[in-house]
Amino acid sequence: MSVMADGGVRGVAAASDPIIERIEELQFTLGEGPCVDAYATSRPIFIPDLDEHAMRRWPAYAPAVHQQGIRAVFAFPLQVGAVRLGVLDVFRTDAGQLSRDQLGQAVMFADRAVTILLDGQDQLSNDQELDEAVEHRARLYQAQGMVMVQMGISLAEAMVRLRAYAYAEDRPLSEVAADIVARRLRFDSPQL
Amino acid sequence: MTTVSADSLAQVFVEVADTLIDEFDLIEFLQMLADRVAGLTDHATVGILLADPNGRLHFMAASDESAKLLELLQLKQQDGPCFDAFRTGRPVVNTDLNAPAAAESWPQFAQHAAALGFRSVHAFPLRLRDEIIGAMGLFGRTVGDLGDGDVRIVQALADVAAISLLQERTISRAEVLTEQLQAALNSRIVIEQAKGAIAQTYQVDVDAAFQLIRGYARRTNRRLSEIAYLVVTDMPSLTDFHQPATRR
Repeated sequence: MSVMADGGVRGVAAASDPIIERIEELQFTLGEGPCVDAYATSRPIFIPDLDEHAMRRWPAYAPAVHQQGIRAVFAFPLQVGAVRLGVLDVFRTDAGQLSRDQLGQAVMFADRAVTILLDGQDQLSNDQELDEAVEHRARLYQAQGMVMVQMGISLAEAMVRLRAYAYAEDRPLSEVAADIVARRLRFDSPQL
Repeated sequence: MTTVSADSLAQVFVEVADTLIDEFDLIEFLQMLADRVAGLTDHATVGILLADPNGRLHFMAASDESAKLLELLQLKQQDGPCFDAFRTGRPVVNTDLNAPAAAESWPQFAQHAAALGFRSVHAFPLRLRDEIIGAMGLFGRTVGDLGDGDVRIVQALADVAAISLLQERTISRAEVLTEQLQAALNSRIVIEQAKGAIAQTYQVDVDAAFQLIRGYARRTNRRLSEIAYLVVTDMPSLTDFHQPATRR
């Protein structure tokens, strides 16, 4: 898993073993690869077979990971809307598509990683949040946009502020978001 | 509900083909499709849901706010005609919301939909050969009487929506589908974030904010998701955003 920022700060955040960590670092060294593209385009990129097509697409990266025994790469962006945090990469030593279950699990792990990155910890309250009604989620995203403008900060920071406020006030995030969208609550003071 | 005219149907297919050739924006496309299907069938509003790889349905587009509400209501209840169409892969048509059958099948949904002034509901699966990837709901203000021909036409349009997810044909089906769905689900979030930012900046409600974003994308001939992304990452780059609709 790699963490990236638009300012150019990037690095491997975690890897399942040291070999994978080296492979993950390759994309930064070479500046190309499915992971870099997944981040840039905000969508997953699946390469179930590092074939000639992949070699042409990433002439430096594809042969390099192939040499390390990798045959398939699946890159899942870590993101919440316009906030892009990094990429979760799954490597396989055999060519082949991930099963539907594996895809579903990878997406779930990516979501979990996003939450942890935003909060700096894995809070229990997030389980409850996952089950929240859908319109609450839409409202949460709208509230993020509003707080961004109110405080003149980045969208990523607005998300963190919102979560921190809900945590500090011991209120459900959805309730705080609803108050913001209904304009009962404003986040104007930067020292919040 | 009257039988769809050949003329208006031809127009829809031309517009669909045009969108698919042109630079493609899935949300904008589904929005257009919802609008057009609503226009084909008198007195109906239309909503579209798509499923993620874990089989959870998500709201994608609606022809108006009432259709959006009815889709969100089903998502909240995890139940309703669109869920039935999604689970079974078969259309649910001509269901009278005041009939006992509707109240038995979906008690909450039937009650809310009737309270919003709706009389009938139809739901169509979005099919991709052997896979069901979402559902499209039609909510009518009159008692439903979609003819067999109408049902086939609307199902065909629902299938077009499903096929549109696969505009890259060079790679295999399953992986492109997941890539597209994930990208579309994320675009939907970007749009909500942008709605909030615009609502705050121009002191309007979130629905008016959405119309502003759509209007700007149309005026500047750019993609909805691209504009939404710029709203939350680089708003100053969008000049003349709040232009009155009369000035073109």
